[in-house]
Order: sequence, then C-alpha cells, then structure tokens
Amino acid sequence: MSIKKGIEVSIAASIAAKLARVEVIAAYPITPQTHIVEHLSELVANGELEAIYINVESEHSAMSACCGASAAGARTFTSTSAQGLELMHEILFIASGMRLPIVMATVNRALSSPLSIWGDHSDIMAARDTGWIMLFCENGQEVVDSIIMAFKIAEHRNVLLPVMVNLDGFSLSHVIEPIEFPSQKDVDSFLPPYKPLYSLHPDRPVTMGAYGMPEIYTEAKYAQEMALINSKDTIIGVMKEFGDKFGRHYKPVETHNTENTDFAFICLGSTNENIATAIDELKSYGKEAGLIKLRLFRPFPKDELLSALKDKKRIAVIERAMPAGAANGPLYNEIASLIYNNRLDITLENYIVGLGGRDVHPEYFIDIFDKKITFKTDKNYTVIGVRE
Amino acid sequence: MAKPMEQYKWHELNVGCVIDEPGNAREYKTGDWRSQKPVWNDSKCIKCGLCWLYCPDAAIYQIEDGFYRANLDYCKGCGICSKECKPGAIKMVEDIR
Repeated sequence: MSIKKGIEVSIAASIAAKLARVEVIAAYPITPQTHIVEHLSELVANGELEAIYINVESEHSAMSACCGASAAGARTFTSTSAQGLELMHEILFIASGMRLPIVMATVNRALSSPLSIWGDHSDIMAARDTGWIMLFCENGQEVVDSIIMAFKIAEHRNVLLPVMVNLDGFSLSHVIEPIEFPSQKDVDSFLPPYKPLYSLHPDRPVTMGAYGMPEIYTEAKYAQEMALINSKDTIIGVMKEFGDKFGRHYKPVETHNTENTDFAFICLGSTNENIATAIDELKSYGKEAGLIKLRLFRPFPKDELLSALKDKKRIAVIERAMPAGAANGPLYNEIASLIYNNRLDITLENYIVGLGGRDVHPEYFIDIFDKKITFKTDKNYTVIGVRE
Repeated sequence: MAKPMEQYKWHELNVGCVIDEPGNAREYKTGDWRSQKPVWNDSKCIKCGLCWLYCPDAAIYQIEDGFYRANLDYCKGCGICSKECKPGAIKMVEDIR
C-alpha cells in the first residue's frame, strides 16, 4: 500500500533514502541541501533508520567517507549543493573510476562569487564530466522515485557506477508537494540488498584505486567510459521495471505536446514545469509548442533525443548556467553536436535563464515562441532578463 | 597478472581495475627506473640489517654468509640504503646497462 501526502521535497528525498535502506550516510550540511541530511540524521538518531551516519568536517571528507563505505560493501548515500559539490570534486572522479555505486542527491545551486544560496545549474554543469550517471527531476515525485531507482541502477552488475539525482534548489527542494510513497515491502522487493562484486574484507584482500601506468590508463578509462555509455540500457530497464511495479513510468527523454508542432524547448529540471505552463497557455491561443525533457543527462541519451527532435524545425535550448567563455551553454553544445553529426536542418537557439535564483516566468517561453525575445545569430546565446 | 600489462584489452580488466591477486606488484619489475645501483663493501659491513629494513621496495635480501645484496629487478636506485648505512659500507655507483 502506498501512501500519498503533502510533504517538503527535501524531507521526501530523505524518506526515499530510508525506503532504500541505506546503510551509511556521510554528509556535511549546506544550503539548500540541509533539510535532506538533517532529516536523515534525525531518522538515524531516533532509531528509525538502521544506518551509520558519519559526521564529517567537509564535503571532501563526506565523499571520501562514502567511497570507503561503498568499497566496504555498504549501500551509501549523501547529498550536497554548490560549493559542497565543488569541494568534493576530485573525489567524484575517484568514486566513478573505482566503480562505487554511491547515490547522491545534488540540490542544484549557484556558485560563489557573488555568494548566492539560490538555485541554478552552475554547480552540476561544472561537475558534468566526473563520470557519474546524472538524472534530473522535475517535481518531488520524480525525486523520490529517482532515488529509489538510482540505487538499483548504480548497483546493477552491468553498471557499478555512482548516480547523482539532481533537484533544483528551493524551487524544488523547499516546496511542499503531494507525493506518493511506495510501501517498504514493495521497495524491498524492487531493491534487494546490495551484493558488491568486490569489497574490502580481510578474508579476501583486494587493492582498489591502484596506480595506472601509461600502458594501462587508456584501457582503464575506456572500460569506465563503456560502462557509463552502456548503463543506458540498464537505466531504461530499471525505469520500465519501476513503472510496471509502481505505475509511474519514466524514460531517459520525455516529451510534452511535441506531436503536432515543429518547435520545441529542451530543458533540464524543474524549469520544465514553467515551460509546460507556458505551452498550455500558448495552446489556449491556438499555438503549438513542444517540450523535450532530459531526465537523463549522463550518459547523454543521444538516440532517444535524436528521435524526439529530428522532425523539428526550430529548437530553443533553455539553460540555467553561464557558458563561462564557451561558445554556448553546455547543454546547447551537446545538442548542436548531435544535430550536426546527423546533418539535421534545425534552427537552434540558446537562452540562459534563472541564474542565482532569478525567477523564471512562463511568459519568457511564450515570448521566445513568439520571437518577442530577440535571438541574434551573431550572439551565441541570449541571457533573458539581463539589464543592459 | 596473467600476462604483461601492455597486452590487456579494455574489456579484460577487472571492474574499477580492482587487483584481486594480492602481491602481484612483484610481477612488475621496476629495476629499469634505476640510474645508480648500490654496491656493498663487505669488509665494512657489520650485518646490522638497516639497509634491508629501510629499503622501500623490499629489494634487499640477505645472502648465506649474512651480508646483503639488492635484487636489481626491483631496486630503483634510490640510495636510501647507502644513506642509512652507519659504517658506510654501501656506495651508489652509476649503473650502465
């Protein structure tokens, strides 16, 4: 029996980790992730969750402790945001290179400076090449379901990679939403206890994270890359199994109203709900716009994305991160590469919105559709709402 | 390792490059990193074993009469044995191969 209740999404995320029966949590509090780890700490302290909660002095230590716990064979969870994600940056590569199935809820937040505690995607875009599987969530239900699925994906013998579940700071983490929680019994049958392929145990000594000479490093990284690319099949399989069991169906790339239009937005995260609101309003004026949502960002779901966008004539890529001197925003660059490699004739536009918690209004997307917000091809991208 | 490192294909590696044969570092001979090698003067040696103790590669072994020698398959020529030898019985000399 599942239970539906109105709950803050952060608290819901920690309940999802509890339902997944995490065994070790190592975390350092940072806004806007705080409520997730505070509530997990309470659950452990109250004896409601049988897990070891390691208090650490930094995010670098948090991820290091997670690596140790996962290497010892424990189901391991953590959560962070912004500066915390950057402080654990070097360990993120170690977790993926050592193939440790850690799950992390990343509450996306702007990076300092200027100091900002508010939401955008500059933290995750700076960590996108760390070799983790990355899922993005649009609402609280997706956060809960993704955390449960994330463990199943991460621990699958064909995958064995860490998974980040991304949720937007404040605009998703701190809102109260009606969320359906699966029963412990159903989660247990979906997600059996973690059985590691290798673990640190004195009865069977192994070395993890050893030195890789030039003769072997290329092969080692290629093996890791293949595991990440091939994980997509397992991700699709786990999403299907989850849908069959719990009735909520997910796909790496999801679409909204794309059937009868040659225009589409592409975006990540909770901004997709603002865009969907704009699309409904456009519909009331007799205008049709589509939305292509990337649920899976790494591995980049290029086949699924290609089939979603190949019939379009005009696409607006919406991002919440500055390109930092790049030709375009990070998401645009990958979509442009996909379109070029397949020689598709699609007009691409790149818009940057919602930096450092700036409100994202549905009207922006109506104006983009109506070409009232100007996109000049001599400028690679337009920052919406910047005072010039 | 079942074969030399440079013959492994990517799909033949253990997940995460885990080493599940303890002690297989001995199959990797680091002696060719060396530019100098230790030479013992047994007439000065007091058989204290400090060279054996300090060698970071465990490349020094005791011979039958109690003196010490380096296994040149693994000795990297770091010179720690020579530095630590109290009676000055170990001299580092250029190793021309």
